[in-house]
Amino acid sequence: MLAIIPLLSLLSGCAPWALLDPKGHIATQERDLILLSTGLMLLVVIPVIGLTLYFAWRYRETNEAAVYKPKWAHSMTIELVVWTIPCAIIIALGSIIWVSTHQLDPYKPLKSAQKPFEVEVVALNWKWLFIYPELGVASVNELTIPAGHPVHFRLTAERMMNSFFIPRLGGQIYAMTGMQTQLNLIADAPGTFDGRSAAFSGKGFSDMHFKTRALGQSDFTAWAVQAAKAPKPLDLAAYNALRRPSTANAPALYAHVEPGLFDRTVNTFMIGRMSAQEAKRALCLPPATMGERN
Amino acid sequence: MLLGKLTLDAIPWHEPIIMGTGAAVALGGLAMVALLTHFRLWAYLWREWITSVDHKKIGVMYFILGLVMLLRGFADAIMMRAQQAMAVGANPGFLPPHHYDQIFTAHGVIMIFFVATPFILGLMNVVVPLQLGARDVAYPFVNSLGFWLSAFGAVLVMVSMWVGDFAATGWVAYPPLSEMGYSPTTGVDYYIWSLQISGLGTTLAGINFVVTILKMRAPGMDLMKMPVFCWTSLITNILIVAIFPVLTATLAMLSVDRIFDMHFFTNEGGGNAMMYINLIWVWGHPEVYVLILPAFGVYSEVIATFSRKPLFGYSSMVYATSSIGLLSFLVWLHHFFTMGSGANVNAFFGITTSIISIPTGVKLFNWLFTMFRGRIQFHSCTLWTIGFMVTFAVGGMTGVLLAVPGADFMLHNSLFLVAHFHNVIIGGVVYGCLAGMTFWFPKVFGFTLNEFWGKVAFWFWLIGYWLAFTPLYVLGLMGMTRRMNHYEDLSWQPWLLVALVGAVFVGLGILAILVQLAVSIRDRAKNRDTTGDPWNARSLEWSTASPAPFYNFAHVPTITSLEQHWEDKETGRAWVPSAAYEDIHMPRNTGAGFIISAFAFVLGFAVIWNIWWLAALGLFGMIGTFIARSYDRDTDYWVPAAQVEQIEKARYALMQEARP
Repeated sequence: MLAIIPLLSLLSGCAPWALLDPKGHIATQERDLILLSTGLMLLVVIPVIGLTLYFAWRYRETNEAAVYKPKWAHSMTIELVVWTIPCAIIIALGSIIWVSTHQLDPYKPLKSAQKPFEVEVVALNWKWLFIYPELGVASVNELTIPAGHPVHFRLTAERMMNSFFIPRLGGQIYAMTGMQTQLNLIADAPGTFDGRSAAFSGKGFSDMHFKTRALGQSDFTAWAVQAAKAPKPLDLAAYNALRRPSTANAPALYAHVEPGLFDRTVNTFMIGRMSAQEAKRALCLPPATMGERN
Repeated sequence: MLLGKLTLDAIPWHEPIIMGTGAAVALGGLAMVALLTHFRLWAYLWREWITSVDHKKIGVMYFILGLVMLLRGFADAIMMRAQQAMAVGANPGFLPPHHYDQIFTAHGVIMIFFVATPFILGLMNVVVPLQLGARDVAYPFVNSLGFWLSAFGAVLVMVSMWVGDFAATGWVAYPPLSEMGYSPTTGVDYYIWSLQISGLGTTLAGINFVVTILKMRAPGMDLMKMPVFCWTSLITNILIVAIFPVLTATLAMLSVDRIFDMHFFTNEGGGNAMMYINLIWVWGHPEVYVLILPAFGVYSEVIATFSRKPLFGYSSMVYATSSIGLLSFLVWLHHFFTMGSGANVNAFFGITTSIISIPTGVKLFNWLFTMFRGRIQFHSCTLWTIGFMVTFAVGGMTGVLLAVPGADFMLHNSLFLVAHFHNVIIGGVVYGCLAGMTFWFPKVFGFTLNEFWGKVAFWFWLIGYWLAFTPLYVLGLMGMTRRMNHYEDLSWQPWLLVALVGAVFVGLGILAILVQLAVSIRDRAKNRDTTGDPWNARSLEWSTASPAPFYNFAHVPTITSLEQHWEDKETGRAWVPSAAYEDIHMPRNTGAGFIISAFAFVLGFAVIWNIWWLAALGLFGMIGTFIARSYDRDTDYWVPAAQVEQIEKARYALMQEARP
């Protein structure tokens, strides 16, 4: 099965297709899942196409030599076979679906000795805001993560739903207003990967793309030190300025991120509905226990 | 104040593409009006078509609606392909985002609601009563009403081009984007009201056909003696009746959100946009089966006829169709595996979706074994069917792939997905409708379509589909997502250029169909079908004349076999002139359907622009006309036996002449 990959890459010339050339453990598993499921289905699809063309040719009107059975319309054996073959394929595929869906659940933490690196993602109109709570810094339209280290994303949207997608690292998840979703990814090695919004969100949607830079340990530490020195703080005033709709924003770095900004964004529509105490508690909870899924 | 939000600024004067098209349409319209007036055809048009309740004529009008809207939908498609072929890097292309966003939204809406749906309803209208041995549908007036509601819905979409704008939200108009705060123009309102009006028409058609199929079958035709096309139509219409109210309710909630600032789907006030996404797909997924099942029915009729054999595994086919109908309600969540549902939920919907491929696979095998040991004539209908089987097998496979949640995380919202649904809709629904049009054309018009141009059309469509959408599969695997106005990645462009060439091929395919129609009408005397059975076919509709007389059958046939007409031909009982004829009870034409729908259009347009007095006028006009119609007792008449005899005698004389 995996032998198809070099062949497909060859077809595409020098730039391998992103989904077939994964750079992270999750993306690799999802690529393998795509190829395995396709291969399984081709077991029946190729014969069906072949037989269609063969029967059409073999039993063409002008071929008097072929058998002609003008009344034949039923055969228990064939009926049994044509129900059994798809059933068998789907039993196999169904098992694959059950196992792989649990394995690749985006909420499931990656198996690793290391504690995942936390990133909070806010889809703004029309740019991505990445908050790194452990570092107290944030960036717009550029994501920096440590390579070889699991990353745990929490995502939300300020107003418009978007979908957060870095094809070479793994599958996407929606970023939705007033809600939080989670995603676990890892970049196997240092590199720069394209990321974008996959769910249409209006005028500035096409420019909602960003570079994901996965840096080695020392580079990442250097970046974190440099980011902490960024001239602009992300306080409420700066955040409100960012919230204003704009398109094709250049990447930017912010130091001194207002604590609890992400949770406050998730809870935008809840604040007025909670008691003051509840609201305070909601905003003070540590990330790990915040917003249990759904 | 009198005109609500409507001002002269609503007309996009500064958009050359729109104003150019507008001028062309206006000129074309004027020419049409002039011609109709010159040849004094207005009365004819009103009497014979607009007020007609004849299911065959309504079917033809559905087809004309579909063809006209196909041209508009294709114009949108070629503009999108051109935009994406050029808009790389610093080049912004020729369509600014707001215009481009409207185009891809309109393309989706038009192709599903105003091309595919009218084609399907048109086919069912022409074929179902004839195959059942009925004289018309159960509710002929409702049939006319349903058609005109669809047609005026389409008119509303067209009006949005020149007065105001159309939704720029994507064809399912997800909130929050489609809510007032983010789509403040009238675009989404046009979207809502064109679908509300045409959706009402589709619901009425669905009810009508369910009743027709259940109640109006010829004596002796129990359900398991019903042709497969009627079976697929039955399931499709049951689906329509079950799902279109969901669409209507969902759009109604969106529209009160927009007009009265309610909060069904906005976060403010505790609404939830994800509820809309669930509801729209509760309608949306069965909807694709609404479209594909009748196409499956067409292939079943065509392949049996041109293989000169009965359909293999009839009862398998019936059970497969029915189980697809049932399963279609259990899969909607696969449109948003990426919303963050848990693994158990995603896996459940992934598995139910993949289960649908079992009955679908069985169908493919049954068509295969219908060809097996047949004598296959490569008529253009057969070519469409074989082209479908090959193309659809691939589309079905990529569909099941998208049903695997782990794979969908990667492929969701990508061009791979776009390629998949075009693969099944073009390679399944469109090929089927074109095959059906060729197959049943003589039954309605009395002459066959030109074969040469039919085959030209087939090859352009086949090559066009593969050229246009294989690159989109590749681009999806390269990580390109859908609905992009411009992009940075240079390696995508070559593929998009190939896709543009493919779209041009599809365009030539459409052109070939128009040429085919023109040439066939020119040569109609030469291609005249005097027998009523030009393909040596098997089901009941081929036993009556071509064109079928307005009463369909002089005598309601009695059914003893699944392939009644074939059996009659074998035993020499086909085409035996009757000794005595009887009076026939028929429905009278009525303009009420047209008038109610015109008022519905007024209502929709007025609400879109908040012209409340006009909206009231539209609503009262609709209700008033309906009440007036329900007091009309003169809704039917008897065709005297003498007239039937005259028509039938002429028919048999013609047959004698052709086949002495």
